[in-house]
Amino acid sequence: MKNRGKLTVTAGVLVAVHLLAVIAGFIAPYNYETQDREHPYARPARIHLTDCEGKFHLRPFVYATSPRDGTVNDYQEDCSRPEPITLFISGENYLLAGLVPTNLHLFGLRAEGRVYLLGTDGFGRDEFSRILYGAQISLFAGLLAAALALSLGMLVGTVAGAFGGWVDESAMRLAEIFIAVPWFYLLLAVRSVLPLHVSPLSAFIMVVAVIGLLNWGQPARLVRGVVLSGRERNFIQAAEGFGAKRLYLLKRHLLPMSFSVALTQMAVLVPRFILAEVLLSFLGLGIGEPFPSWGNMMAAAQQYYVLSSYWWMILPALAPIPVFLAYHALADVLQEKLQSTI
Amino acid sequence: MIGYLLRRIGHGLFLLLGVSLLVFLLMQAAPGDFFSTATLSERMSQETVHALRAQYGLDQPLPVRYVRWLTSALHGEFGYSFSYNMPASALLLPRARNTLLLTVPSLLISWLIAVPLGVFAAWRRVGWIDRLYSGGTSALLGMHDLLLALLALMLALHTGVFPTGGMSSFSASGTLLTDWKDLLWHMALPVSVLVAGSVAPILRHVRSSMIEVLDSRYIRAAEGHGLGPLTVLFRHALPAAANPLISLFGLSTALLLGGSLLVEVVMSWPGLGPMVLEAILGRDMFLVVGAVMLSTVFLICGNFLADLLLYVFDPRIRLDA
Repeated sequence: MKNRGKLTVTAGVLVAVHLLAVIAGFIAPYNYETQDREHPYARPARIHLTDCEGKFHLRPFVYATSPRDGTVNDYQEDCSRPEPITLFISGENYLLAGLVPTNLHLFGLRAEGRVYLLGTDGFGRDEFSRILYGAQISLFAGLLAAALALSLGMLVGTVAGAFGGWVDESAMRLAEIFIAVPWFYLLLAVRSVLPLHVSPLSAFIMVVAVIGLLNWGQPARLVRGVVLSGRERNFIQAAEGFGAKRLYLLKRHLLPMSFSVALTQMAVLVPRFILAEVLLSFLGLGIGEPFPSWGNMMAAAQQYYVLSSYWWMILPALAPIPVFLAYHALADVLQEKLQSTI
Repeated sequence: MIGYLLRRIGHGLFLLLGVSLLVFLLMQAAPGDFFSTATLSERMSQETVHALRAQYGLDQPLPVRYVRWLTSALHGEFGYSFSYNMPASALLLPRARNTLLLTVPSLLISWLIAVPLGVFAAWRRVGWIDRLYSGGTSALLGMHDLLLALLALMLALHTGVFPTGGMSSFSASGTLLTDWKDLLWHMALPVSVLVAGSVAPILRHVRSSMIEVLDSRYIRAAEGHGLGPLTVLFRHALPAAANPLISLFGLSTALLLGGSLLVEVVMSWPGLGPMVLEAILGRDMFLVVGAVMLSTVFLICGNFLADLLLYVFDPRIRLDA
């Protein structure tokens, strides 16, 4: 019972996070590439309820900011220009979930000014919006890569387990070779043979493909183990005795048996692959500008002056934490479930 | 004993050969090579580029190149770096030493922290200690090396207590003692980042495999005979729980090597990581291959060490061997 509650909570969190990424355009007040050259490296906005005279307002508001004289990238609030935050406001055009063209945003300012919840980067782009859009890339890169690695692993694992003999032997040796290389080095090595400067879409496909294709070894081993132990089960031997063909056995019994293992493995792999995409993009080998990924957003934070003066540039690094925690919790719950069914 | 060891070594060599073939094939699948950009240059004639390719043997068929590279690797050279114009090993080995300087202490420290803590958490597996423990490990699991490295860098920048990167200061030179102190001072942050990034999964495994053992009857019996908790935990329970943990030792080497690559880049530690990155951007393929091979060697060594430990600690393996 306790287990089921935990499963619901973690699954709920994950669904919510992914939904948030899908409707990023609605939540984000600005587009990921909209620049505000007047406000590079602006601090996260101060949301006020009381104005400069100490009067209380029910509607939260921000003050318009202007550069402070004699400083670089430092801004002061202008007490004479309060700008109330408005919900469901029309702003820049975007495609909701990549399909529906609209200009409705969850919140924003009616006036000329802009509200930067988490500050801006060096081009004056809203970090909050970019983190949301970045989730689209980072989360789904991890998910797709895990799906790819798992389907490949399941294919190899079931075939190896079901056929045995030299097929099994050679498949497992190959898997061992893939596992024997420290994963990040292998990832970089493969990335090194692919073109460096490519369009963002092909970069995305490339990152997903590389991560997915390199990591089939571990799931293949696990699935093979399940299939091997499954072949010893009575009902499968009975089916074999009745003259069931190998392919039929594979499709009807062995593959479904490995689903629960595969699902658990998925919960383990997705966060790892999200991190892989983040790291690749961070190093400049993944998705490139102007598209935001949690990784390439942090590339700027490598510079000492950014890190020492503009602390909010490190915020994209915090974005994966809730996702990782939810996936880890999910993996734990699934693992427990798996052990209790065996 | 010797048979078992030989078999493990043979397996390691097979893996190395396989990895080398894999990586080499991969590199050959790449469109273009180091001299591709040179063909676009007006100042270099086609003949010069051809001559350069011939000089480095890039015009030979694939099997010839592989065998040549293999012999060069066996001579300890790992091919030739185009951009540095020297044998790859001369570049890689000092870098590899620096990488080991980070990973080996991190590996030792994280295990030294994780084993006693995990045993303790398994012993007190209910109540606030357990809650503290599971909260702490979850939080650490959610963190990633990149965040930890950036935070450490921020700490260094804001406090000034630790160096912001590199391996040695200009000022430190002279006696052996001050050099060592300087090195340790530079190692402190990257090693802490690596330890923080790798300790949580080890802790969890230690705890869960200890709990499995602590539930068994002979532990109850030992307790019933009046043995103290330390004796029960470390003399009787830990060796029985050691088997899966020792296998994890090899795996944790792999994770640390990957993490170290990133930490080296962020904290500008002159290890393999920054060099690989540079080699990738410059299409210096033998350097990439060499770095991958070296990291694989480290990993295989880690696994071999785990096999050795397993042989020492687990009598079942000794019977099989």
